[in-house]
Amino acid sequence: MAVDGKKQDGLSHKEKQLRVALVGNPNVGKSVLFNALTGSYVTVSNYPGTSVEVSRGSTVLDEQTWQVIDTPGMYAIHTITEEERVAREILLHEKPDVVLHVLDARNLERMLAMTIQLIEANLPVILVVNIMDEAERMGLKIDLELLQQRLGIPVIGAASTRKRGLDEIRAAISSYSTQPRVERSFPYGRLLEFDINEVIWLMEGEYLLSRRSLAILLLQGDEEITEMVRHLEGDGYAVLAEKVREKAFEHRDSFHLDLSLQRNAFVKNIIEGVFFAPEKRVITLSERLSKWSVRPLTGIPMMLIVLYFGLYKFVGEFGAGTVVDLLDKRIFVEIVNPWMITTIKEIIPWEIIQELFVGEYGIITLGIRYAVGIILPIVATFFIFFSFLEDTGYFPRLALLVDRLFKHFGLTGRAVIPMVLGFGCDTMATMVTRTLETVRERVIATLLLALAIPCSAQLGVIISLLSKEPGALAVWGVCMMLVFVLVGVLATKIMPGEAPVFYMELPPMRLPQLSNVLTKTYTRMQWYFIEILPLFVLASVLLWLGKVTGFIGTAINSMTPVMSSLGLPKEAAVAFIFGFFRRDYGAAGLYDLQAQGMLNARQLTVAAVTLTLFIPCIAQFLVMKKERGWKVAGGIGLFVSLLAFSSGYVLNQFLLLAGILS
Amino acid sequence: MRLSCNAEEILEALWIAVEEKRLSALDPQYTGIPLDDPAYRELSEHALIEIKQGMVYFRPEGREEGRMTIRRHRLAERLMMDVLNIRGDDGNHQACQFEHLLNEGVDVKVCTMLNHPTTCPHGNPIPPGECCNKARADGDLGVVPLTEFKPGQEGEIAYIQTEDNKKMQKLMAMGVLPGNRIVLTQAYPSYVFKVGYSEFAIDTNLAKEIFVRK
Repeated sequence: MAVDGKKQDGLSHKEKQLRVALVGNPNVGKSVLFNALTGSYVTVSNYPGTSVEVSRGSTVLDEQTWQVIDTPGMYAIHTITEEERVAREILLHEKPDVVLHVLDARNLERMLAMTIQLIEANLPVILVVNIMDEAERMGLKIDLELLQQRLGIPVIGAASTRKRGLDEIRAAISSYSTQPRVERSFPYGRLLEFDINEVIWLMEGEYLLSRRSLAILLLQGDEEITEMVRHLEGDGYAVLAEKVREKAFEHRDSFHLDLSLQRNAFVKNIIEGVFFAPEKRVITLSERLSKWSVRPLTGIPMMLIVLYFGLYKFVGEFGAGTVVDLLDKRIFVEIVNPWMITTIKEIIPWEIIQELFVGEYGIITLGIRYAVGIILPIVATFFIFFSFLEDTGYFPRLALLVDRLFKHFGLTGRAVIPMVLGFGCDTMATMVTRTLETVRERVIATLLLALAIPCSAQLGVIISLLSKEPGALAVWGVCMMLVFVLVGVLATKIMPGEAPVFYMELPPMRLPQLSNVLTKTYTRMQWYFIEILPLFVLASVLLWLGKVTGFIGTAINSMTPVMSSLGLPKEAAVAFIFGFFRRDYGAAGLYDLQAQGMLNARQLTVAAVTLTLFIPCIAQFLVMKKERGWKVAGGIGLFVSLLAFSSGYVLNQFLLLAGILS
Repeated sequence: MRLSCNAEEILEALWIAVEEKRLSALDPQYTGIPLDDPAYRELSEHALIEIKQGMVYFRPEGREEGRMTIRRHRLAERLMMDVLNIRGDDGNHQACQFEHLLNEGVDVKVCTMLNHPTTCPHGNPIPPGECCNKARADGDLGVVPLTEFKPGQEGEIAYIQTEDNKKMQKLMAMGVLPGNRIVLTQAYPSYVFKVGYSEFAIDTNLAKEIFVRK
């Protein structure tokens, strides 16, 4: 067995970049390890399934450059969810030179089953037993030496958040032997073994994974593997397919179960004398906290406290209030804008061009000011809040609390993450809907995000707008909730598909590390800015063009009937035109209108409701198209616009009749 | 003691007449087995029944034998319906054939597997056997869905019963494997349980499909 660290000659590979892939269950610290190895930053969180995409970075070990690949979490080599498929792609097609299987020391028994599958697939595996620090705190003891002997692959204990074991991991990667490995297998029962071999004999193609492992996957009915094998086997495939069909039928009762049980039996043998748990379980503070957070009696007050202090106090009052005042009023309006206006007017003689930069819709006076002065502080405070909460491990607990409620909307508790994230940025949240299991859930979540979840930027502006008019905020809030519930319930009734199933792993509660929270906030902000700043500038340019050509005037006039049916002044059309670029931009437009005293309380509320429901920003629409396809995205867009204006109309009539807010 | 099929049928009919209809004896014409059938002689020779003036009476030993026979019959009916999903006349007919096989300890196994049922599918009581009494005395719940556990209760996973293959694989990947220990920590609003050092939350639909044994 060529597994222990024989030094490679080191020369032949100097030019070639080698690859190391990190794989393992969700939430075992792959991303932290990735960051530590590469020095770059991937969003790390205490939430299963956060790495939806593959991250790549590089590192130099022993003068050899290595590409490090971080993959989404997977439970087994036979994949079920989208993230798992993404992760397996790497193993199937990229031929990594080393595969680091990262697992949680506390759950060694459960997670070793996947190590066995990786070894069986003949992949170059190094096992990283991570989170050793927490395991030790619980009194668990693991004999790594013995484990290494039994598995026949390098095994390293680590605690990547504490940088423990990093040097050993680096050494193990760079000294990993490139000699061909002897295929090692774990023998299943006689009958299963016989059938697996019958399938193997019929396989002719050249594969990156062992035939044994592929044969098992074929028997498990793995569609992707079947497709790949069909492609590579060519003419011989028909016979193979027939054999697989026959064998799969014979094992139809309990193939998965038998396989799992037998693998579990190998694991039981392997950890015998390796894994020692204390007689009495140590109950840590975090376990107690976890218990409180999931009991409805204590959990719901806890949720309200978190939302009140986190969203209302921190994001709303501090971010959208204090910081926006400081940045927008003190810095932009009083210092930057006047200074820029004088400077630009000195440099550029033509009034039209001056307008482009510092006019009514100028790139600087409007675009950059909105982006930096109003949106940035709100989004930044939201992301700090979100990242902090994410790292504590609170979200999965929130998910199980709201699961019953969400079932009424055709969603499961799992959707709580995209929904809460939507209050930060709907575009990002729409991307995250892909962690939901069924297409139906994804479409419903996408629709609700597009419609009834205002993003933080918009929320901040709207709260600060409406809080000046007593009662307006309440009307707005009730409208949003009504629409959310109504559309959710209706969509569930109308959309075909089976009822979703909720299951989720609860990671331990942890006190987040400040550096990690800040890093995450930073990467999210970075993503956000790269996405929005160009749009703000583009919007400014288009609006400027519209003004110069007189198009805006025409558009405003053509929208006058719509506006008046909502009981709004025709100038409000500007906010809606802004709103097409970004919803927050539109809300900020309302902010300007109100500052000029052009809207009364009723009009403000109607405008705010319509605008919040109105079409998502361009970026969100593009992501919707990317994730769900043209048809669904277009349908949602149309539906949302119609619903927004009709809701606005109904609300206006209702408020007039009831005499509220006028 | 091994009785013929007809003899068992007669014992059952007699037991129903005496124990459930509170008659003193059975009129053979209701059994569909005429009095000259050798089964009556067989029963008499085993000292289970006696025939007086064309009516069938229990002897003391026969009463107990009748009770066990009817128990086997109704257990067989439950087995047909609950496990094999055979219903209606067909089920009844199959049960009649099947009950004769439930001898010498097999009935105890079937009864335990069915978790000591108290009534047959028609709502008639199944006379409890020793295994039922013992289970009751021990407070042994037998194999129940996870939804029947109380928070704090610990048990062993017996099996997973689901039509959906993917769901099953997901559960197995989470460590929900027959033979593993499981502790239910909470049952509302979602089911929260621990397997090993991991904690999971699932909804009612999934919890119904995990069967556990205390």
